[in-house]
Amino acid sequence: MADLLDLSAAAAARAIDSGEVSATELFDAYASRTREDRLNCFTWVADNPPSAVSGAPLSGVPLAVKDLFCTANVPSQSGSRILEGYLPPYTATVVERLEVAGASLLAKTNQDEFAMGSSNENSAYGPVLNPWDHTRVPGGSSGGSAAAVAAGLAPWALGTDTGGSIRQPAALCGIVGLKPTYGAVSRYGMIAFASSLDQAGPLTRDVTDGALMLRHMMGRDECDATSLQFPEEIALPSAERLDGVRLGVPEELTGEGVEAGVLQAFEAALAQAEALGATIERVHLPHAPHALSAYYVIAPAECSSNLARFDGVRYGLRAENESDLLGMYTSTRHDGFGPEVKRRIMLGTYALSSGYYDAYYARAQRVRTKIVEDFRAVFEKVDFVVTPTSPTVAFELGAKTGDPLSMYLNDFCTVPMSLAGIPAISIPCGLAGAGEGLGVNGAGLPVGLQLAGPAFSENRLLDVSYALEQALAFDPTPARV
Amino acid sequence: MTTYEPVIGLEIHIQLATRTKMFCGCELSFGEPPNTRTCPVCLGLPGALPVANAQAIHFGLLIGLAVGSQLAPRSIFHRKNYFYPDLPKGYQISQFDEPLCLGGQLAEVRIHRVHLEEDAAKLVHMGASGRIHASDASIVDFNRGGTPLAEIVTEPDIHTAEQAGEWLRLLRTTMRQLGVSDVNMEEGSLRCDANISIRPAGTTELGTKTELKNMNSFRFIERGIRAEIARQEAILDGGGRVTQETLHYDPDSGRITSLRSKEEAHDYRYFPEPDLVPIAVDEAMLDAARTAMPELPAARAERFEQEVGLSPEVARRLAFRSELGDYFERALAAEVDPPAPAQTLANWILADLLSRLGEADGTGEDPNRSLVTPSALGALCGLVASKRISVGAARQVLDRLVSDGGDPKAIVEAEGLEALDGGDDLAAVVAAAIAANGDAAEKIRAGNPKAIGPIVGYVMRETKGRADGGEVTRLVNEQLGI
Repeated sequence: MADLLDLSAAAAARAIDSGEVSATELFDAYASRTREDRLNCFTWVADNPPSAVSGAPLSGVPLAVKDLFCTANVPSQSGSRILEGYLPPYTATVVERLEVAGASLLAKTNQDEFAMGSSNENSAYGPVLNPWDHTRVPGGSSGGSAAAVAAGLAPWALGTDTGGSIRQPAALCGIVGLKPTYGAVSRYGMIAFASSLDQAGPLTRDVTDGALMLRHMMGRDECDATSLQFPEEIALPSAERLDGVRLGVPEELTGEGVEAGVLQAFEAALAQAEALGATIERVHLPHAPHALSAYYVIAPAECSSNLARFDGVRYGLRAENESDLLGMYTSTRHDGFGPEVKRRIMLGTYALSSGYYDAYYARAQRVRTKIVEDFRAVFEKVDFVVTPTSPTVAFELGAKTGDPLSMYLNDFCTVPMSLAGIPAISIPCGLAGAGEGLGVNGAGLPVGLQLAGPAFSENRLLDVSYALEQALAFDPTPARV
Repeated sequence: MTTYEPVIGLEIHIQLATRTKMFCGCELSFGEPPNTRTCPVCLGLPGALPVANAQAIHFGLLIGLAVGSQLAPRSIFHRKNYFYPDLPKGYQISQFDEPLCLGGQLAEVRIHRVHLEEDAAKLVHMGASGRIHASDASIVDFNRGGTPLAEIVTEPDIHTAEQAGEWLRLLRTTMRQLGVSDVNMEEGSLRCDANISIRPAGTTELGTKTELKNMNSFRFIERGIRAEIARQEAILDGGGRVTQETLHYDPDSGRITSLRSKEEAHDYRYFPEPDLVPIAVDEAMLDAARTAMPELPAARAERFEQEVGLSPEVARRLAFRSELGDYFERALAAEVDPPAPAQTLANWILADLLSRLGEADGTGEDPNRSLVTPSALGALCGLVASKRISVGAARQVLDRLVSDGGDPKAIVEAEGLEALDGGDDLAAVVAAAIAANGDAAEKIRAGNPKAIGPIVGYVMRETKGRADGGEVTRLVNEQLGI
């Protein structure tokens, strides 16, 4: 058979199932591959495969899990110094569900601290490198998960998306990333960034793997009051044509600020969709340009409260040699949090302060409502909204670290869907910058196509993405180790 | 000197007697070893999420119904953010501007709101004093953390310390009737803060208020409020101004000290709790609450008045202390011959029985915990009312019942305490008494009926209290020809 490590997760599960390969063999192959990681994808790697789950649908296929998921007795640090070495006593619901379905924990992946970042440069455990170009970022915050999957260091990985943290790194690394409908997947055991936005989702080599992982992680969880019963089972996608599918291109998210190379690949993908039978329409999301501003009030406000528990009293880092409580709190949080986390705690604390609440938090929530209404109106006319996932291809390490605003603009196209709580997927749709000699051997850098649909439209979204994926025939091999 | 009218509002926290905590599945703790009733949720571990306790919401609705609140069809939880070691998440999940219950009234005091929240953990300060100052270290017991609380806020409708105490007792009885809480101040399941201001009598504008924190017994609440009123009066009389601040009353020294000023007040940065969904109260929840609603003290007093025929004052005294009301109803229902009239029973419970019970005998003035069974008291009252025994004899029987229990009729028989009827036996004793008290007899004849005391006393001694006082007086007058 072809190289074991070239198999998609679904193909690997079938191979184990049919006895062509053993789960242990596959696990060992990946475990030794992870030890050769030069991208800094991992914060922890398993020594031994967990005992095999025979007959389970995922057949023991190894799984990489973003650091911020709690995994019992395995370091879960959310990319932060303040949780260095923290061993949770319990496992997050989605990880547990995937394990019950037969996935085996291979590694924990590097990420921006507390999922705050778009480049993975905010990790206390060092930046992750983009497998397409080691001088560039993999995107963030699920940068370790995206880079590991793109490089073939893991068959697939679990990530989280708050404002684009699955979709944007998937785009920059040339893989598939899906953010489900808010509530479709339990948040229990995910170390929270912004509770009303956080969702777990798959980062995979192809759309089929994305569907397969989603099928085994979603569903109502009694431990998460905001989780919902998904109305149907997730099917593996099979569409070949897009006849009758109406795609809407929002003008507000496809104009100024999007790189020429990205636009080019995007337009080519749209032409491909038309060739498959889809119709393309211009649509409007009039409030989408305000989404980023609203997001950077709501998410920091929630994080300022969510991160209050890291106070040195019960777990994680505690500053020693402080004589009083305030001193202990201040030093612990001073030493434990990185600059971006501190910036957002400050922003959020300010936005919630007495006298400013209405001007910031309450107003941002009204914008959020407007954005929900915008999408509702658009989905009366079209089935899906399509945009480039990220306005740019992967940028160089350090290029934006001194300018938070330009860093925040990476999320320009992904944040509106997060605020609306609707499902969105990024699939690789081509390469940009080949002419300038960018990427591995000058092959160029990946561009992501984002498709978003109404709440609970995951099955149709996956089907359309699958048909496009087959037609686009993106070549991921330059990134493979 | 100006006279002032105090204006008092109360904030009461009640620990709800649910099976599990407000937002997790841990069972409530009753003195278990520290940190044994905990889980990732109530310890505020990374990634843990709250889920609201349906029983606590049911209890909240019961309280709302009991005080006539508007029950919000939709209410939400907020986060109240501040740092303290007894608050593991760095915020308390509470309710803010959309509480479960709005408005209402209990007796003469209007209710502002009732909302649900979670209790903090318990800090234990190590060292000699047991207080935070000068302690070597503080440790946290999270067993209490996350216990459901209902916070009841009154309007400023209370005007004296005694009224505050009385009303709080009524509230306690109401909560006890509802079965939503143990409402025990000493154990902390009932806690009360008071907002206090004073204004010149006859004026309507409210003065600057202070908040008196965490008084942990009914006695201290009344004392604390009295002390604070006196403090404010002294300030105003001296030409000063009351400053808005949070105060602590020390029951040992009687001193009031400042905890923090208005400027030092926290900015709690309230915002809607994104980890929880709104509480949507549907018909089924309302039905469940209505069905579970027991008779409340005010309605019980009304019934005692209308159906049982008690005087309003006596009816309230029995109904507003549920243990007395319960005891009274049991005694009334007891089948005794001769029957005990309701008013007699009530009087005997409130006067003779209660005065014989207390801390010393371990009953805490709860007749249900005494050796006097309700039917025994009923039987005793039946004997008194039918004049089978005299009041004096009945008191002797009651003494025996309180100390040893037993059956009143058997005691009466064994001790020979039956009343002497108005026949020859008693007439003879009365005649002897008159003969032995010639002076008193003369005074009575001269028109001073109060002089009868020594004669009655003689009769009672001779008859061991078995004679009926009224009958003795009648016989004395008869024999003296009055």
